Amino acid sequence: MSVNFVTAIYIASSVLFILALGGLSNQEKAKRAVWYGIIGMALAIAGTILGPNVTISTWLLPMLGIGAIIGAIVAMRVEMTGMPQLVAALHSFVGLAAVFIGVNSDMDPPAGLMGAELIIHEVEIFVGVFIGAITFTGSVIAYGKLSGILNGKPLTLPGRHALNLIMVLACIGLGAMYVNHAGPWTLWAMTAIAFIFGAHLVLAIGGADMPVVVSMLNSYSGWAAAATGFLLGNDLLIVTGALVGASGAILSYIMCRAMNRNFLSVILGGWGTSTGPQMEVEGEMIATDVASVASDISEASSVIIVPGYGMAVAQAQSAVSELTRRLRDRGKSVRFAIHPVAGRLPGHMNVLLAEAKVPYDIVLEMDEINEDFNDTDIVIILGANDIVNPAAQEDPNSPIAGMPVLEVWKARQVIISKRGQGRGYSGIENPLFFKDNSRMLYGDAKSSLDQILAEIGS
Amino acid sequence: MKIGAPVESAADEARVALTPDSARQLAKLGHSCIIQKGAGKAAGFSDDTYKEAGVEIAATAAALFKAADVIIKVQRPNDAELKRLSADKTLISFFWPGQNEKALKAVASTGASAIAMDMVPRISRAQKMDALSSMANIAGYRAVIEASNNFGRFFTGQITAAGKVPPAKVLVIGAGVAGLAAIGTAQSLGAIVRAFDVRPEVAEQIESMGAEFLMLEFDEDGSGDGGYAKPASPEFIEKEMALFREQAPEIDIVITTALIPGRPAPKLWPAEMVKLMKPGSVIVDLAAEQGGNCDLTVAHKIIETDNGVKIVGYTDFPSRMSAQSSTLYATNIRHMLDDLTPEKDGVLNVNMDDDVIRGATIAHQGDVTFPPPPPKIQAIGKQASAPTAPEPTAQEKAAAALAAERASGRRQVGLLVAGGLFMALLGGYAPAAFMQHLIVFALSCFVGFQVIWNVSHALHTPLMAITNAISGIIIIGALLQIDSPTGIVGILAAVSVLIATINIVGGFMVTRRMLAMFQKS
Repeated sequence: MSVNFVTAIYIASSVLFILALGGLSNQEKAKRAVWYGIIGMALAIAGTILGPNVTISTWLLPMLGIGAIIGAIVAMRVEMTGMPQLVAALHSFVGLAAVFIGVNSDMDPPAGLMGAELIIHEVEIFVGVFIGAITFTGSVIAYGKLSGILNGKPLTLPGRHALNLIMVLACIGLGAMYVNHAGPWTLWAMTAIAFIFGAHLVLAIGGADMPVVVSMLNSYSGWAAAATGFLLGNDLLIVTGALVGASGAILSYIMCRAMNRNFLSVILGGWGTSTGPQMEVEGEMIATDVASVASDISEASSVIIVPGYGMAVAQAQSAVSELTRRLRDRGKSVRFAIHPVAGRLPGHMNVLLAEAKVPYDIVLEMDEINEDFNDTDIVIILGANDIVNPAAQEDPNSPIAGMPVLEVWKARQVIISKRGQGRGYSGIENPLFFKDNSRMLYGDAKSSLDQILAEIGS
Repeated sequence: MKIGAPVESAADEARVALTPDSARQLAKLGHSCIIQKGAGKAAGFSDDTYKEAGVEIAATAAALFKAADVIIKVQRPNDAELKRLSADKTLISFFWPGQNEKALKAVASTGASAIAMDMVPRISRAQKMDALSSMANIAGYRAVIEASNNFGRFFTGQITAAGKVPPAKVLVIGAGVAGLAAIGTAQSLGAIVRAFDVRPEVAEQIESMGAEFLMLEFDEDGSGDGGYAKPASPEFIEKEMALFREQAPEIDIVITTALIPGRPAPKLWPAEMVKLMKPGSVIVDLAAEQGGNCDLTVAHKIIETDNGVKIVGYTDFPSRMSAQSSTLYATNIRHMLDDLTPEKDGVLNVNMDDDVIRGATIAHQGDVTFPPPPPKIQAIGKQASAPTAPEPTAQEKAAAALAAERASGRRQVGLLVAGGLFMALLGGYAPAAFMQHLIVFALSCFVGFQVIWNVSHALHTPLMAITNAISGIIIIGALLQIDSPTGIVGILAAVSVLIATINIVGGFMVTRRMLAMFQKS
């Protein structure tokens, strides 16, 4: 195949990738759109292998085969609650591949580069390896935290901001030396520092900020691919990397806006400082029991369920789905309200509910459903806390003041399923629990729901 | 502890303090229950239903008082019942200690603890045991039913073949719990409802029930403590009377619910108002027991005036709906016992440090503990009004929006200029091939942003999985390096091919798996 033919294939692949991403605008189109992505990828790989620059070596096909088998096994086995880990692991692969390719390019440079071209090439290698290395260790740490191998608590070293700054400056310094041909050791040293930097960056972030971290790493893996594209002079890599990078950046932005926080403050860890004493919470938490919740639900005509990470932890999705089915069979309106930062991954709740066979057309976003709480009989909150905290609107001194929240307290009754009386991950008192129309249902979400199901009957 | 409910001794009292349901709930707190034979009969609960709920039956009042540790009642105990109390017993009932000093002293002298349901402080935490509110709610409902019973016409307006029926006009005076219940009931029967209250802050509640609030242009706030009104000044009353005089000829039904704690009921509907009303009109006076809001009210009776206006002076509205009121009252009692047994172990703990229990306890360990000290928590309905910043006017808003628009415009121009300068610098230095790649890169970023904004929020996880898959495109770089003559480069490239393939295959397959799960109902 000629170079031009390969380029034509690359153009087709780029278009197919864009269509694949664009197709995700709705659930039905998306099922077709994945095929665009798969065809685009197949074309790109086949075109490259059969193209003029690649001779099929002994290594190539076994590696492709083994990789495909491993990928298929992982994809079939993964639990939907384990999606965040899988996504993080896959990010780390892209990061590692970017590092390898960059290092290779240093050891085996293309011939005939002179002057500015050479310097640009060296900068490309350096930047590509830097981003790749951060993505790799950052994703490995994120994987560890999400799968519970590492402690989810943020690691706050003294002077960690200064430490980060020093590492970045050191990398820039090494970069300047590398471009001036101080030797390949500068690249190795930078890679080591970037590995540490990436790990430290993610270690400093708490468990519940993970949606932002995972989308940030998603973005980085894209930029790493784009940087690799620059150093290889391959437009398909650049286009795809830019698409993925943009996607991750937008997801991070949406997550941050949903928490009313600045991207930098999330990435650097810690909450904003509050400006005054927080409002005193009056009243008491009123506990309820399964029997009265069951009878309340049976009497209600409209129900909204607000799931949070606690639902995933308790593996309560299928019980929720069963409850939904039975209530809908009785002609009640049952809907789900999803806050953008619920769960550990953007859109995580939607996937969990979809897996449990909750129809997607009753699973609504915050903006779609926030107006409807006024006319709702019962809201059931499953393992969510900060995303339903009225202090965000009522108390200007609250650390989460201004964060968009689900206005569940406007419903006639709110039932909160919660393990104990503790606070949310932000450590902020939740005045919702003290409102007159709130009832606390203590205990594990799944066993509570199972008991409610038994109480309600089929 | 054994909780016992005797037959109510007061004449015509049909309510009972224990229901089979509340007995089941009390059992969960570790208590056992006993009831006097036939105590629930008037409220529609047979002895058998009590037995089914695990309640013992005592043949006589004497046996019940002997067996029970806690006596729960509706009405204040009479002298004979007071004599049966002793130091190891606890009494829970309505008591009205302010009006019944003799009985209060008597109960204290027995050494028993006495908890008055009418003294439960009106704070949010105690709402579940606020029997006055639950009884007032029933009274309000029943007042409308009694009114319609004595009113010769429909409440709702109708146009029938036999002619047009105008809707009844109902005036509710006093929008407390009873008043609001009356408004709701009259409204749902189809009447035109107007309501008056001296506390301006209840206007919103009245309007939320669908009634018209009769506004009095007067600068005096009639709110007192505990959600009640306080006595009004003479000037205020004069204005009020003028308002009522205007309404009286039009109104078909008047329901008065005005009470001031510890005082005779205020006279809001004097004889001259009754004279102004049309024949056939009905007045229901819920304050009859405290002397009545209307001058002509006769307690316990219905009278008809010379001009044909009926005045209902019943004092036992809740008892007239004994099934409903017993259920609610028994639940109030059950909540009170819930608070009194914090450990749920069947042991009563009269904790005098608890605001609610302290407020309701009128006799304890031989001492009179009434009146209670003022509660630490503010009563409901009286919130400190925080100074609110003045709403910005439309012009100010427009100006602010314009300023924000300009600022964002300046920022954008600034960014574009900076970007342009950077590109110019780069273009002056970098080789042509690089600039071409940069064009591709910049445009791809823009395309990416446009495309991703349209992705449904519900599909963000599949989006991440598919971007995982397509970022495996980095495999192309590895493919180009895999046949390198340098050994280590080949190995690293081979590893890269391996892991990128995992990404591609794993990413696409898991995306497909996820999308297949999304099913429409």
